[in-house]
Amino acid sequence: MSSATEVASPESVSPVRAGRWRTRVEEAILPPLIALLIALVAGDILILSFGQSPGSVYRMLLEGTWGNAYGFGQVIFKATTLIFTGLAVSLGLRAGLFNIGAEGQLAAGGFAAALAGLLLPGATPTLIAVPLAVLAAALAGGAVGWVPGVLKARFGAHEVIVTIMLNFIVLALLNYVVAAHLHVSETLHTPEMRAGAVPRFSSFLEAFHGSAANITFLFALVLAGIVAWFLFRTRGGYDLRATGLQPDAAEYGGIRVGGVWIRTLALSGALAGLGGINYVLGYKHYYEEGFGAGAGFLGIAVALVGRNHPVGVVLAALFFATLSQGGLAIHALVPKQMVEVLQGLVILAVAAAVPEVRRVLRMRPGIAAA
Amino acid sequence: MRKLLILVGILLFIHVTLLFVRPPGAAEEPEGEAVDVGIVFDVGGRGDKSFNDGAYLGADRAVETLDARVRFIEPGEGSDREAGLRLLAAEGMDLVAGIGFIFTDDLRELATEYPSIAFAGVDYAVQVGDDGKIIPPPANLAALKFREEEGSFLAGALAVLAGGSKRLGFVGGMDIPLIHKFEAGYRAGVKHVCPDCTVIAQYAGVTPEAFRNPGKGKELALSQYQSGVNVIFHASGSTGLGVFEAARQLGKLVIGVDADQQSEAPGHVLTSMVKGVDAVTYDAIKRVKEGTFKGGVYSYGLAEGGVGYIYDEHNKRLIPDAVRARVEQLKLDIIAGRITVPSTR
Amino acid sequence: MNDPKAPMILMRRIEKSFGPVRANRNASLEVCAGEIHALVGENGAGKSTLMRILAGLYKPDAGIVEVNGQNVAGWSTADAIAANVGMVHQHFMLVPTLTVTENVVLGREPKRGLAIDMARALLEVQELAQQFGLDIDARSCVRDLSVGVSQRVEILKTLFRGARILILDEPTAVLSPPEIQELWKVLRRLRDGGGTIILITHKLDEVMEVSDQITVMRHGETTSRMKTSETTPAEIARAMVGRDVVLESIAPTPPAGELGTAAPRAPLLEVQNLVVAGPNRSRAVDGVTFSIHPGEILGIAGVEGNGQTELIEALAGLRSVSSGTIILGSRDVTLTSVRERSAAGLAHIPEDRQRRGLVLDYSVGDNLILGDQHEFTRGAQLDRQRIASNANTKIQHFDVRPADSMLPVRALSGGNQQKVVIAREMSGGFSVLLASQPTRGVDVGAIEFIHAQLREARTQDKAVLLVSAELSEILALSDRVAVMYGGRIVSIVPRADASKEFLGPLMTGASAA
Repeated sequence: MSSATEVASPESVSPVRAGRWRTRVEEAILPPLIALLIALVAGDILILSFGQSPGSVYRMLLEGTWGNAYGFGQVIFKATTLIFTGLAVSLGLRAGLFNIGAEGQLAAGGFAAALAGLLLPGATPTLIAVPLAVLAAALAGGAVGWVPGVLKARFGAHEVIVTIMLNFIVLALLNYVVAAHLHVSETLHTPEMRAGAVPRFSSFLEAFHGSAANITFLFALVLAGIVAWFLFRTRGGYDLRATGLQPDAAEYGGIRVGGVWIRTLALSGALAGLGGINYVLGYKHYYEEGFGAGAGFLGIAVALVGRNHPVGVVLAALFFATLSQGGLAIHALVPKQMVEVLQGLVILAVAAAVPEVRRVLRMRPGIAAA
Repeated sequence: MRKLLILVGILLFIHVTLLFVRPPGAAEEPEGEAVDVGIVFDVGGRGDKSFNDGAYLGADRAVETLDARVRFIEPGEGSDREAGLRLLAAEGMDLVAGIGFIFTDDLRELATEYPSIAFAGVDYAVQVGDDGKIIPPPANLAALKFREEEGSFLAGALAVLAGGSKRLGFVGGMDIPLIHKFEAGYRAGVKHVCPDCTVIAQYAGVTPEAFRNPGKGKELALSQYQSGVNVIFHASGSTGLGVFEAARQLGKLVIGVDADQQSEAPGHVLTSMVKGVDAVTYDAIKRVKEGTFKGGVYSYGLAEGGVGYIYDEHNKRLIPDAVRARVEQLKLDIIAGRITVPSTR
Repeated sequence: MNDPKAPMILMRRIEKSFGPVRANRNASLEVCAGEIHALVGENGAGKSTLMRILAGLYKPDAGIVEVNGQNVAGWSTADAIAANVGMVHQHFMLVPTLTVTENVVLGREPKRGLAIDMARALLEVQELAQQFGLDIDARSCVRDLSVGVSQRVEILKTLFRGARILILDEPTAVLSPPEIQELWKVLRRLRDGGGTIILITHKLDEVMEVSDQITVMRHGETTSRMKTSETTPAEIARAMVGRDVVLESIAPTPPAGELGTAAPRAPLLEVQNLVVAGPNRSRAVDGVTFSIHPGEILGIAGVEGNGQTELIEALAGLRSVSSGTIILGSRDVTLTSVRERSAAGLAHIPEDRQRRGLVLDYSVGDNLILGDQHEFTRGAQLDRQRIASNANTKIQHFDVRPADSMLPVRALSGGNQQKVVIAREMSGGFSVLLASQPTRGVDVGAIEFIHAQLREARTQDKAVLLVSAELSEILALSDRVAVMYGGRIVSIVPRADASKEFLGPLMTGASAA
């Protein structure tokens, strides 16, 4: 994580450790903060050029998101999907794999969940139906993720290419199946599922009324915890991170690198696939063409800004969800395109300040220890 | 690190200063008793030269002539559709409209939740119950539907009468019932004036991508033209741009769709089957203003001026007067119910 | 240049910190034109940092840097190259997929119109290589080169850029004795042609052999300056380490063990007709046969890039074998995995500890279980407690500094990194040890320690396969010496019959008598 590494002299151990902690926090926080501020100032100027007051635009943005329970609920709803896809991408990155296929995995997961809900008899108890639908989502996403893993491990096919191409294949296939066989007349979605719906927050708390936030969010938080535990506390995580950091060393340490690739991409796909249940089980109760709305791709930004740490991913997901919902809220004052430019600026600025992104973009000069 | 901290301070200062800048003419709270209308566009959004732009035109006319205040939202996909509608409903609009069948479920849900607000859905997909009867939408929700088959019928007749070939072409976008209506009407129109004519109907695909694939459109059109077709009717969104190009290339004719598409291939556009989204939108706003708005299923056909075909100085020379008279007669026959146009294949 | 006595390079009171680590404090250096100047010190003494400041890679926090009388502190690499200062790095900065020529001319390609004139580039590079006596096939792809040849490409690259003040960072770490002699010739030729050379090293024999002046650094500071002709290795070593060092351990002495006592027992490692594929369908290892008995160290001498790397990796299970067999104890392990071999008693000190042997961003504690991570679990979880106690025991026993198991290995000096590898590999119940370049880039004190560990393994009746580019190391430790050339073992002789004079020609391809 630190950019320059040098030798610590033996006699200065404790100050080194204390200083290192502070330095690391500063290194982690300051560059993204500066990037964010630059983006905000650029946004201010952009808003002013549209003849609006930045103050009122941002106020409206905050009021429409964290300012009331409905807006907050929408933020949570959008963040939920992003947590899943963000975790998926970050798990891959931890193993040195760039999973661009979260969009297709998300769609596959959502479709499988909807299909499970359709096939189950209507009287199926929730306690059975929901786990089955969730399992279907994970398996479908995992299967889509498993393919590039196998192709990489067995034939050396680069996972970036394969996952991108799989997006097209999976989305086209699902659209065909829905459009040709499963859609409700005059729509692009499947019939509503008979069983497996999960309750929205609004059914416990009236304040959330109207927002699509549902208990999938809690599941996402638990999952983030599990991913963190897996990465940092288990042997599987040890092997996975070693493979990502130094595949040669992992191989030397008796880790079957190809196996780690396959397992990780399958797991990553399963995580992205689980993202589908937020929309399908928690919101609409059917699979709809294009429901992912780019959450799979945004998951890449979430993972990078979240610095591939599950806690960071949750925070980044909330941040991006706020931008998205806030964009809708300030629609009255600024045109849609402008909102998108603003979002793009923020993503670009924050992402560029993250070392992992620079490493991915190969912008970082190699600095070897002296 | 110190330098970075200073940079943070400077940037923060600039940002906070800018927050308090208030340029002249910044948004003020609206006042007065005008009709407040909120419109949420379909994914295509403004500038699609057909559907959404039609709604925009109608609303714009309402702003000028009815003194309406209109807010537009162009959502992304997925949950933003509901969120957009909900945002407008929560602000207490008098009318909230969703442009496109995709809003069907969200509109139904919100109309139930906000009974005092008028809702309108263009191309709203009316649900059919298990008994085969339609389930009426909520009382404050107007389902604005078009009988595209009627306009398509006239397009079919015109294609035969002015095209000079017994083979007629049809290029559809996505293979879905909504587009089948166009094909069915067109086919019926062709057969009505020329029972031994054949219609070659092809679709660009089974995904929404089929509405955005000019290359595929051109490919289909070229093969149809080369098989002896002189006129192609397209109902395929921007895929149709490829059909226009094929017509220009081979000197053949096209019938446009939704809006007047004369300008896409001047001299090669026989006519356009227009869908009056603008008129329908304007009409809904007008009724809200006059207090005569009522929910239910509204179907717009030739009689209501909801669909039609273009006949003006641009395509006059392509349509002989006798043909024009014949088509006008057919139009009267349909309005009078003497001809029933099928809406399914 | 006008006044031969005035230093051409003058660095004074240089301060440079990386976060909390002070790499240079009050460091200074004076180098006169036309001399070979050795900058010596243990790993982590701040030599490389100081030289990177001179080469324009780092900006000093404070201090004066003068070249030819002009203050150039904080200049860029481009400025440095313009002033004919060039650095040959310890870690290669080459594009593996390009050819030697392309790498050398990268950034200053000869052009014909807009296109790169590759024919001319090739010619220029070949001429330059010949001029300085660097034996390189300018057409080959860098990816396929051995470390030793890559090093030469680096030097060539720097020369191509017109550098005449040449900074070499540990250049001999990867060279064979004849190559080292070649390098000295090159450096002397450069010096006599008016060039100035700064040689970063920690090897005293090199310092004594080739340098004119010496600057010693310790803990980021310059501790002393001396003239080579007026000093002794012991004096330099004292200045480097800050205490008296027993230097015998690196001097070639015959081993204690006698071959005769080891011979009758069954070999612990037997390799028969081993063939390992190399790049371009060649054979990197071409029918190698040998065996090692308990209590024996077999040293493999040879110029780097003659199949030693592939041989070791094939033995360790990191590279697949085309044909032949590997028998560990009594078990045929030719087709088994790394983990199975480890379980069967194989330990491995890899040649590139930073790439293979350690996960640099993992803590010392986590690195000390690499390869045995499956044994430090409780259910699916890693057993943090046992990992910590394992780390503390090994850190103490092998004297890893700083003694902090939570510190990322990246933050350790080269010698201490190697100690971590050795602590991990040599404290388990192994029977065969593959030790590849065990002392590369390691300071004097650590070399002493590592050699003692290898001897200790022999006393405990382990079998050790030692690969080293340093002939003196092979001679100091081995019971038998094998010479590898072109993927084959051209000769195996008892230590008593192995002399530099005997081995040198074999290493460069002359057939065995």
